[in-house]
Amino acid sequence: MTLQEGAVLAGAVTNPPGRAHRRRSGFRLGKWLLPVYAALALLFLLVPIAYTFVFSFNDSIRSNISWRGFTLDNWLAICAAQEVCESFGNSILIAVAATLIATTLGTMIAIALVRYRFKFRSQVSLLLFLPMATPEVVLGAGLAAEFLAAGVQKGIGTVIIAHTMFCISFVVVTVKARVASLDPALEEAGRDLYGSPAQVFWRITFPLLLPGIVAAALLSFALSFDDFIITNFNSGAATTFPKFIYVAAARGIPAEANVVASAVFIFAIALVVVSQVSAAARQRRLAKGT
Amino acid sequence: MAFTAFSTGTATEQGPRKSSRIALLLLLPGVLYLMLFFLVPLVSLVITSLQAPLELGDIGQYQAAFRWENYATVIGQYGEQILRSFLYALLATIFALLFSYPLAYFIGVKARPWPLLQNLMLVLVIAPFFISFLLRTLAWKQILSDESPIVTGLKALSLLAPDAYITGTPIAVVFGLTYNFIPFMTLPLYAALERLDTRYLEAGSDLYAKPFTTFRTVTLALSMPGIVSGVLLTFIPAAGDYVNASRQFLGGSGTAMMGNVIESNFLVSLNYPAAASLSIILMAAILVLVTAYVRRSGTEDLL
Repeated sequence: MTLQEGAVLAGAVTNPPGRAHRRRSGFRLGKWLLPVYAALALLFLLVPIAYTFVFSFNDSIRSNISWRGFTLDNWLAICAAQEVCESFGNSILIAVAATLIATTLGTMIAIALVRYRFKFRSQVSLLLFLPMATPEVVLGAGLAAEFLAAGVQKGIGTVIIAHTMFCISFVVVTVKARVASLDPALEEAGRDLYGSPAQVFWRITFPLLLPGIVAAALLSFALSFDDFIITNFNSGAATTFPKFIYVAAARGIPAEANVVASAVFIFAIALVVVSQVSAAARQRRLAKGT
Repeated sequence: MAFTAFSTGTATEQGPRKSSRIALLLLLPGVLYLMLFFLVPLVSLVITSLQAPLELGDIGQYQAAFRWENYATVIGQYGEQILRSFLYALLATIFALLFSYPLAYFIGVKARPWPLLQNLMLVLVIAPFFISFLLRTLAWKQILSDESPIVTGLKALSLLAPDAYITGTPIAVVFGLTYNFIPFMTLPLYAALERLDTRYLEAGSDLYAKPFTTFRTVTLALSMPGIVSGVLLTFIPAAGDYVNASRQFLGGSGTAMMGNVIESNFLVSLNYPAAASLSIILMAAILVLVTAYVRRSGTEDLL
C-alpha cells in the first residue's frame, strides 16, 4: 500500500457509509448498462491480483514468467527462496517498529487536537497534513539528503525512522475521528467517582479509543509493509520485501514472492471481512436491544 | 485527501479547557518528530539543491554554495521528463476519473437498496491496495507482454500491427498509472455520491430537464468536492511515481518521468544537487495545487 492509499483508507475508516435510503429516482440512464459496467470494472481491478495468485502455484524454475504447471511447493517452502524470506522478515520488523512508534505519537497528537485548545493549532494541522500531500519521492529524497548531510549510515534504523514519519499523520487522522465521537460525560462520570486522571484514562478513555487505535495501527502496518519509494532512498544495503522485488524484477521474481504477496492479500481481506461482519452483527444486536 | 474525508468530524472543540501544559506534553514528541524528519529534510533538500561540486573532489562530493544555476541546468537537461511527468499524471487522472465515475455512481447511488452489496463492492475497489504495489504492476507487465494472449489476440484480430508492442511504451506507463491510482479516485467520488440526495434528481426531471441536463447541473455539481479530492489524490502520487515508468516495469527508454530522474541522480550517479533541485521543482508544483485546496477548505478542516 502506498501513502496515498493510506489516505483513502483513513477516509474510508472515518467515513462509515451513511444509511440514507430514499425513494428510487426516475433517472433511467444505465438500467442495465451501469450494473454491467460496474461488474466489468471491478473484474478489471482484480486481474493483476488473480494473476499474482495463480502464478504463486507455478512450477517455475528461475523466473516466474511462463506457466509450467501446478505445484504447491512454493507455498510449502517459502524460505526456499532465501532472499524472499529474509526481506519479508525485515519488512515485518520495520513495520512493527514503525507502527508502535507512530501509533503512540499519533494518538497523543489526536487527543491533544480534539481535547485541548492551544496556540499554533493551524500550523500543527498543516504540519500533519503536508506529509500526506507530498510526493513520496520528495519525502524519500529529503530524508536521504538529511541523513547524508548528518553522516548517518543508512540501514534498517533509517527505514524505521522514515516509515514512522509518514505513518504519524495517518494515525492522527484515524484516531482523531474516534476521539471526536467520544462522549466526554463518560470521563466526567469517572472523575465524579474519584478516579485519578490515570485511572480515568486507562479504564475509560483508552478502552473507548481502542478500536480507532487498532485501525490506525493496522493502517500504519500496511503502509510501512508495502512502501517502496521512500524505503529505496533510505535503506542503504538493507532489503525489504518491496525493495527485493524491485531489484529482482530485472532478473525475474521467484514464485515464492507471489506466495508472500498472496498470503498477505488473503490475510488482509479476511481481516476486512471479519471486521465488517462483526460490525454488522453488533449493529443488528444494538437494533434488537432498543 | 481522503481529502474530503478529513474534513468531517470537526467542530468538536468543546472539550474542557484544561491546562495547555498537558496539550504541550501530548503534542511535543510527535511534532518534534515531524519537524526533525519532515521539515528539516525539506530544508536540507533546498540546501543540497544549491550545492556546488567540491573542487578536486570525488564523484558525489559537494560543498555548500548558492548555485542557483543548478535549477536552470536540470530544467534544461530534464525539461522533457518534467513535462512528461505532468502529462502522464494528467492523462492518468483523466482516465481514472472517466473509469471511476460510473463505478462510484453505481456503488454510491444505484446500489443503495443493498448495503451488503455496496460494502462488498467497496472491498473489491480497495482490494488492489492489499497486494504488493510492485507485484501488481509486474503482473500487468506480464499480461501485456509480447507473447501474452491479449497481445497475440489483438494482433490476430488485426487491431494491433504484427510488429507492435505495448510494454515499454507511453501507453503502458499511462495505463499502469491509471490502474494503480483508480481506487484513489473511486473512493472520494463514492464518498461524495453516497451523500447525494436523489430527490434533487427527481426535482430535475419534474422540472422537465433532460437526463443529461439533470446529471450535469445536479449530480456533477453536487459531487464536485469528491472530484476535486480524487483528482488531487490521483495526480500527486502519479506525478511523483517512478515504478510504472521504470524500464523493469511498464516503461521503456523514452518514458522516464521526474521520479526516475530523481532516483537515478540520487542513488546511481550521486548527483545530489540535481536530484534535490528536481525534487524541489516537483514539490513546488504540487504545493501550488495543495495551496489552492487549502485556501478552499481552511486549515482546520485539513485533518
